[in-house]
Amino acid sequence: MFRNQYDTDVTTWSPQGRLFQVEYAMEAVKQGSACVGLRSRTHAVLAAANKPASELSSYQRKVFRVAEHAGVALAGLTADGRVLSRFLRNECINHYFVYEAPLPVSRLALRLADKAQVCTQRSWKRPYGVGLLVAGLDESGAHLYYNCPSGNYFEYQAFAIGSRSQAAKTFLERRFEGYNDYTPEQLIKDALSAIKETLQGEKLTSSNCTVAIVGRKDDGTLEPFEMIDAKRIQEIIDSMEAVEEAPAEPSSMQEEERGSDAAPMDI
Amino acid sequence: MAWQQAMGSHAAGGSQAPPAAGGGETQRTQYPYVTGTSVIALKYKDGVIMACDTGASYGSTLRYKSVERIKAVGKHSLIGASGEFSDFQEILRYLDELTLSDHMWDDGNSLGPKEIHSYLTRVMYNRRNKFDPLWNSLVLGGVKKGPKGDEKYLGMVNMIGTHFEENHVATGFGNHLAIPILRAEWREDMTFEEAVKLVEKCLLVLLYRDRSSINKFQIAKITTEGSTIYPPYSLKTYWGFSHFENPAQGAVGSW
Amino acid sequence: MSSIGTGYDLSVTTFSPDGRVFQVEYATKAVDNSGTIVGIKCKDGIVLGVEKLVTSKMMLEGSNRRIHSVHRHSGLAVAGLAADGRQIVSRAKSEAASYEKVYGEPISVKELADRVASYVHLCTLYWWLRPFGCGVILGGYDRDGPQLYMIEPSGVSYKYFGAALGKGRQAAKTEIEKLKLSELTCREGIVEVAKIIYGVHDEAKDKAFELELSWICDESNRQHQKVPNDLLEQAKAAAQAALEEMDAD
Repeated sequence: MFRNQYDTDVTTWSPQGRLFQVEYAMEAVKQGSACVGLRSRTHAVLAAANKPASELSSYQRKVFRVAEHAGVALAGLTADGRVLSRFLRNECINHYFVYEAPLPVSRLALRLADKAQVCTQRSWKRPYGVGLLVAGLDESGAHLYYNCPSGNYFEYQAFAIGSRSQAAKTFLERRFEGYNDYTPEQLIKDALSAIKETLQGEKLTSSNCTVAIVGRKDDGTLEPFEMIDAKRIQEIIDSMEAVEEAPAEPSSMQEEERGSDAAPMDI
Repeated sequence: MAWQQAMGSHAAGGSQAPPAAGGGETQRTQYPYVTGTSVIALKYKDGVIMACDTGASYGSTLRYKSVERIKAVGKHSLIGASGEFSDFQEILRYLDELTLSDHMWDDGNSLGPKEIHSYLTRVMYNRRNKFDPLWNSLVLGGVKKGPKGDEKYLGMVNMIGTHFEENHVATGFGNHLAIPILRAEWREDMTFEEAVKLVEKCLLVLLYRDRSSINKFQIAKITTEGSTIYPPYSLKTYWGFSHFENPAQGAVGSW
Repeated sequence: MSSIGTGYDLSVTTFSPDGRVFQVEYATKAVDNSGTIVGIKCKDGIVLGVEKLVTSKMMLEGSNRRIHSVHRHSGLAVAGLAADGRQIVSRAKSEAASYEKVYGEPISVKELADRVASYVHLCTLYWWLRPFGCGVILGGYDRDGPQLYMIEPSGVSYKYFGAALGKGRQAAKTEIEKLKLSELTCREGIVEVAKIIYGVHDEAKDKAFELELSWICDESNRQHQKVPNDLLEQAKAAAQAALEEMDAD
């Protein structure tokens, strides 16, 4: 018997103690186009690469606002993602109704993870085929969580999911240590650079990416979760390209140097 | 029935049918049994101060003399209650469960006075819509660090779900007798000592005029440091006024 | 493995001819591959410790927690699938809360362990569920003093003086056996647990890990809570020192 007998059912353990159906669902996340998220102490930024399914179609939305103080970016089965973002919206609004206060991001991510876990333990269900980056603000500051189909969730300083996200991850790993002190502008730039890494040479423009931000303003009030408009993104991209083109030869060197610098990319 | 007389105004007029056994009829709370009287609370410089007496009446009988009607809720809040004492105990159980589960997440987030007040508002209004109210007026006060520094909070909610925030609140009889005093004398920057004095003034007025109050009071405060509920004590009273000694004198037409 | 391909190992409701339930055994494998968790009963309380493997350096400390409070006086450490563990934690929390609502006093550790074990066992009884891929160590403090229980994916639960689950359980158990638990205080216990976790950590296979420690003792007011940061750091330093000493020998 060559066929794997243990991989067709979520409720079947393999002899090695693995759940293949859950692992396969995790693969679905890698099929979707990339999403990145990163955060400072006060702000969190989500960005997604928009890939139309065909030349004639539009792309699927990948960044969703969940509440004033939180939003998600998703990679994988977008249909599953929309179900989950509706769930998140419900959780937030119910919590707001009872407490007149936003649902803390950690508990939002937790409820999502608990919902995902249930689908890995019922024979009539399948795991969700979507990974979500949950970004938001609560009393302990800005947060970024990654929720995966297995029901696990992790808090990150910066993370990337989806196809070719490894390139973005490598980029972020070089720089994340300084992110806590970044300004919103700097976060957006790094988010765009990370997305660019996943495009495999395709040109980054405001039309093939979405960026959203949430955070706390200097006066302590909430800066609500919002998509940044295309015009501003294009301006930022243009300004980044201008910087890249200026020094002709030692640009790669400078790239390295900037990685270790706490406050790079200031123009 | 004896308790109907005791409850006087609360008892619904007319005959009261006993709940039919298995007839699908149910009877809800229509009057309170054991009640506490006024609670007074106000914001002062460092936080919120709250006070009430320690009595609880069974109808108009002063039946219990040392019950605590002010309790701490979580780390940032105080709750004070007038009205049905058993309903208050039930509410405390709700809040205990709520704050415990909140505490157990241990994730740096906690329910502040504003959130607790909102929660209570929902509970009270929800119960009144089921025609099964929790027979209380609740006062919620507290201080919590927010993004803009320490935020003082003081609010009230009653048995029909009406709720509001104020710099000073008083329930029950206090709403009539203490509020005018508080309106005249309350200031935002009062020290704790000044606040205690003002509160005692109100309590004394209530002691003289509210037949269900007793001369055993508890004061509590909450600041960023946490809450303190002080042990009960009595106020000095003077009953030698001629009107106290002979209340009917000069009342034309009375016996 | 002889079980493979026989068809007797595909459902949790199937016994093999020699009377085994393979699906439960497979679920146990998931626990055996996880980071090590340790619980010990000291003379004045309970200490729980977890070797939490960290997969990415961008992950933040304190994320993906494996020790949870389930009531004021009890806590639970999870080995295996963390997501499954959270399900057990939720159940333990609601059992503890409902007990207190009914009886007006906190649930005893034994009763809590029994109820949690029943829940875990439940998932081994129906074909449409799978057994939990995690084992838990439950510590608590009640009128009978501190107590420690371990619950496995099969739903069995035993009371222990010291227990360990996960990759390094064998080595950890050997180390626990060397301790004089009846004389050990929790303050000393946290250092011992830290040493054990650092000792069993396989640096060659798993790169980074984070030590999670919690306790229930008089010093924590008989409440379950994270070990205070200064003590945690001390314990880590002691464990590191002990490790280096071992390497030097």
